[in-house]
Amino acid sequence: MRRRAPMLTALLLAMALSACGSDGPDGSSSGTGTTTLTVYAASSLTSPFTELGKQFESDHKDAKVRFSFGGSSDLVAQIQQGAPADVFASADTANMDKAAGDDLVERDPVNFASNTLEIAVPPDNPAGVASLKDLSKPGTKVVVCAPEVPCGSAAQKVQDASGVTIKPVSEEQSVTDVLNKVQTGEADAGLVYVTDVKAAGDKVKGIRFPESSSAVNTYPVAVLADSKNKDLARQFVDLVTGDAGQQVLADAGFAKPSS
Amino acid sequence: MTRGSRQVGLPPWLFAPAAVGALFLVLPLVAMLSRVEWGDFFGLIGSDSSVAALKLSLRTSSVSTVLCVLLGVPLAMVLARTTFRGQQLLRSLVLLPLVLPPVVGGIALLYTFGRRGLLGHTFEVLGIQVAFSTTAVVMAQTFVALPFLVVSLEGALRTVGGRFEAVASTLGARPTTVFRRVTLPLVLPGLVSGAVLSFARSLGEFGATITFAGSLQGVTRTLPLEIYLQRETDADAAVALSLVLVFVAVVVIGFARGRGAI
Repeated sequence: MRRRAPMLTALLLAMALSACGSDGPDGSSSGTGTTTLTVYAASSLTSPFTELGKQFESDHKDAKVRFSFGGSSDLVAQIQQGAPADVFASADTANMDKAAGDDLVERDPVNFASNTLEIAVPPDNPAGVASLKDLSKPGTKVVVCAPEVPCGSAAQKVQDASGVTIKPVSEEQSVTDVLNKVQTGEADAGLVYVTDVKAAGDKVKGIRFPESSSAVNTYPVAVLADSKNKDLARQFVDLVTGDAGQQVLADAGFAKPSS
Repeated sequence: MTRGSRQVGLPPWLFAPAAVGALFLVLPLVAMLSRVEWGDFFGLIGSDSSVAALKLSLRTSSVSTVLCVLLGVPLAMVLARTTFRGQQLLRSLVLLPLVLPPVVGGIALLYTFGRRGLLGHTFEVLGIQVAFSTTAVVMAQTFVALPFLVVSLEGALRTVGGRFEAVASTLGARPTTVFRRVTLPLVLPGLVSGAVLSFARSLGEFGATITFAGSLQGVTRTLPLEIYLQRETDADAAVALSLVLVFVAVVVIGFARGRGAI
């Protein structure tokens, strides 16, 4: 027993370490001939990109597409730290510019979609919100994104351009947090993207407002300079910017890019 | 050791994994220290939003700790000194927030105290608005921190045992006197360490707060929420604020250690 203890420790450690290593982010798996393409994409692209990933895999039998969805600024930070990504699709040009500024993208990013804000209210619309102006009424509990995140800076732009001042009860970290506060009825209204309202289905009601045109978010996509699968990565970008990709994005509520 | 007891040798193979474990915990702190922009440190932590967040965190964590003591001491007494049907089940449920992801706690609180939650309507009738208020922050912190106090205190109560209480009782002391003059002084170190742990846990609370209370400067945006938000635009500020949180935590633990509580 005394002899076995150190062996056992070593064995357990080895097992633990090898378990960590088996699914390492090394890009492509060897031997079987399949290539894994790693796509870093903004959270708002989750459902259309997942569908496009399936299309891509059925068109390229030897390829597997792996997604990492997250906030665009998180994703850029990870790419800057050397995360092994092949493609990056950002929810705004500012974060793509960060990546481009550090020479992390292969060539100029391509704008492939755009998104605008919409008012989300609980299905029964308890505060009777009908326009952007209604959000400034005292007593109406409105949640927006914090100005530090893209959806919040868009909300700020809309307020600046329209002259409507919203006093939010909370400035949330992400669109998901805003939507959740609206879905649960904690808030009377929230400002989120058109695509978020669409993705939430009948859990929230969307109210479009003309002032939203003053803040249009443009989505750029690019192949990353450190990608080991640039050919395949370019083909994925082509799918996104091509007819099939644009159709899937339109179905999810995205508009064409403005430029 | 201080009492001159002979130290029993450790098996030598124990030291390697112990060193790995210690390094694993300490290295990230060192890495963070190396990333701090010392030149602009006070500029980064002195912004209005940071100061508001720190003040809010200290204030809410203090209130939560008081609530934890007020609710946790009786709860620990009941769990340690009585027996009743379903006690094991109650203990497991009370300790659940220890292992529950705080986000889950936040969701549960939302469906209990939210506007459309279980008690939401009752609260509305009473004119109490919990949503998006500092009260919600305190509730979230108390929810996640209470088990820490209950666990440490119940452990202390069991270690101390009931002998002195029994003696005091046979000498004619009433239950309240026994509790005040015998039990509490005996378990005071356990109570202090439990309260310190609760304070530290409240200070670090993030998931339940952001889910249940929201995030607004000076009202609900505590230091961990501020750090998470600053990270979006200003990584240097986030690191500097993280260091402030580490510093406060070290001070709190050091204080408790000095008192022999932990």
